[in-house]
Amino acid sequence: MPFYVAPEQVMKDRADYARKGIARGRSLVGCTFEGGILLCAENPSQMLHKISEIYDRIAFAGVGKYSEFDQLRIAGVRHADLKGYAYSREDVDARSLANQYAQILGQIFTHEMKPMEVDILVAEVGHEAIDDQLFHIQYDGLVIDESNFTVLGGDAEAVRERMSEGFAPGAALEAALGAATGALAGPDRTLSAAELEVAVLDRAAPRRCFRRIVGDELAALLES
Amino acid sequence: MAMPFFAPGTDPGPDFVALLRRAATPLPSELRGLDPTQVGHGTTCVAIRYADGVVMAGDRRATAGNWISNRRIEKVFPADRFSGVAIAGAAGPAIEMVRLFQLQLEHYEKVEGTVLSLEGKANQLSQMIRGNLAAAMQGMAVVPIFAGYDLNRGSGRLFQYDITGGRYEEADHTSTGSGQMHASTVVKLGWKPEMGREETIDLVLRALWEAADEDSATGGPDMIRGIYPIVATITEAGFEQVDESELVDRFRALIERLEGGEGS
Repeated sequence: MPFYVAPEQVMKDRADYARKGIARGRSLVGCTFEGGILLCAENPSQMLHKISEIYDRIAFAGVGKYSEFDQLRIAGVRHADLKGYAYSREDVDARSLANQYAQILGQIFTHEMKPMEVDILVAEVGHEAIDDQLFHIQYDGLVIDESNFTVLGGDAEAVRERMSEGFAPGAALEAALGAATGALAGPDRTLSAAELEVAVLDRAAPRRCFRRIVGDELAALLES
Repeated sequence: MAMPFFAPGTDPGPDFVALLRRAATPLPSELRGLDPTQVGHGTTCVAIRYADGVVMAGDRRATAGNWISNRRIEKVFPADRFSGVAIAGAAGPAIEMVRLFQLQLEHYEKVEGTVLSLEGKANQLSQMIRGNLAAAMQGMAVVPIFAGYDLNRGSGRLFQYDITGGRYEEADHTSTGSGQMHASTVVKLGWKPEMGREETIDLVLRALWEAADEDSATGGPDMIRGIYPIVATITEAGFEQVDESELVDRFRALIERLEGGEGS
C-alpha cells in the first residue's frame, strides 16, 4: 500500500537534499572584468577542475558533487561541438546551452529519485563588454541571468555580500581577482595560489578564449 | 538539438567521430560510381623539418580532370596549436577530413582536460584515412601530411601516409600530391641539417615553383590575381602562417635569381 506524500513535501525534501549536498563544497565566483570574464573557485585539487572550457567563447563552472557536474560539463562540450560541426562555430551560444542544462536539471529534479547536487554557471564572453553573459543554473533547473557577477555554492549569500562590496564593474584583472578571492576567503583568512582555481575568458583572444591562470602568473596577480 | 547523455556502457568518451555516430548526425557517406575526374583534386604539399620545428606549404590549385576547378583552395591547415595538416587528393573528402580531425583533437582536449601526444594525433589521422579506404578505391583518395612540434622532445616531427592509413614517420622532409616527385627532388637537393627559417621557406617555395613548372595540376604563384601558396611554420610558439607580403618578396627574389640564369 503506497503512502500518500504531498507534492509540496516531495519537492521540499528534494530541494533540501540538493542544497545540503551543495553546501558541503566550497564556493565559486564568476565576474566580468575589463578584458572578459573571470572565474575563480576555492579548489585545493589541481586535477579535479571546477572550471573548464566548453567552446570558443563559453566556459563552464560547477560546484557540488564533482561526478555530477562533470557529467554535465561533458554533455555541454558534446552539445557545443556537435552544434558547431552541424552548423557553424558562431551558432554555438551560451543561452541555448543554459536552456538545455535547465531542462535536464528540471527533469531530473522532478522525475528522478535524487536531484543533482550541483550549482552551475555557463559564461560567454562577448565581443563587446555589454554582450558578456553569465547564466547561473540551479539544481532544480532555475536559470538566473546575472549581470556583473555571480556566486555559486554553499556559502553563497555571505560571499555575495562581500563580493558586492569589493567588486566594481569594468575593473582590471588584478582588482577583479582581488575582489573575488577576498569574497571567497572572508575576513578571517587569505587564500593562496595553491588553494585557488582561476581561469579567464579573454575577450581579445582570436578564437579559443578560455585560459587557465596557474603557477607563477597566478601568484604574481594575487600579490599585486 | 538535444543535449547528448549516455549510459556508462555506451559512452563514446573523448572520441568525436563515435559521438557523431551515436548522435545520428549523418557522416559523409561512401561515394560509389562517381567519376573522380568530375571532382576537384588538390595537389602538392611539402613539409620540411628545420632547426626550430617544421615548415609546411601547399599550392592553391584544385583540378577536376583537365580543368582547374579552384584557384584559391587551401591545403595547409592548423590541426591544433602545435600541429598542422596538409592535404592532397579529392578536395571535398579531404577538407571534411581535416575539419573532423581538428574537431577531434579539440574535443579530446576539452573532454579529457589534457592534450593528445603528437604520436596520438598522428594515429588518429591514420584511422580517419583508413575509414576513407572504400572511397579511395573509387579514386577519391586523401593523402595528407601531418607535422607538428613535439613539446616532449623539443623538435619538429613529420608523418606521411598512404591511402590505407599507413603512417610513416619521416626524419627530414616529405611531400605529397601529383607534383610530389618534382617537389621532393628540389627539397632533397637543397636540404641541409639545422636550416634556418628563411632558408627553409625559400626551399619550399622553390620546390612548389618547380612542381608547378612540371606538373599541370600544381599551381604556381599567381602574381596577377595575388594568389600565393599557403606556408606555415610550427615551432615552440605554435602554428603560424607566413604573411603573404613575405611570400611576395621571396617569390620576387626567386624570379630575379631565375632571370639571372639560375636553373632553367
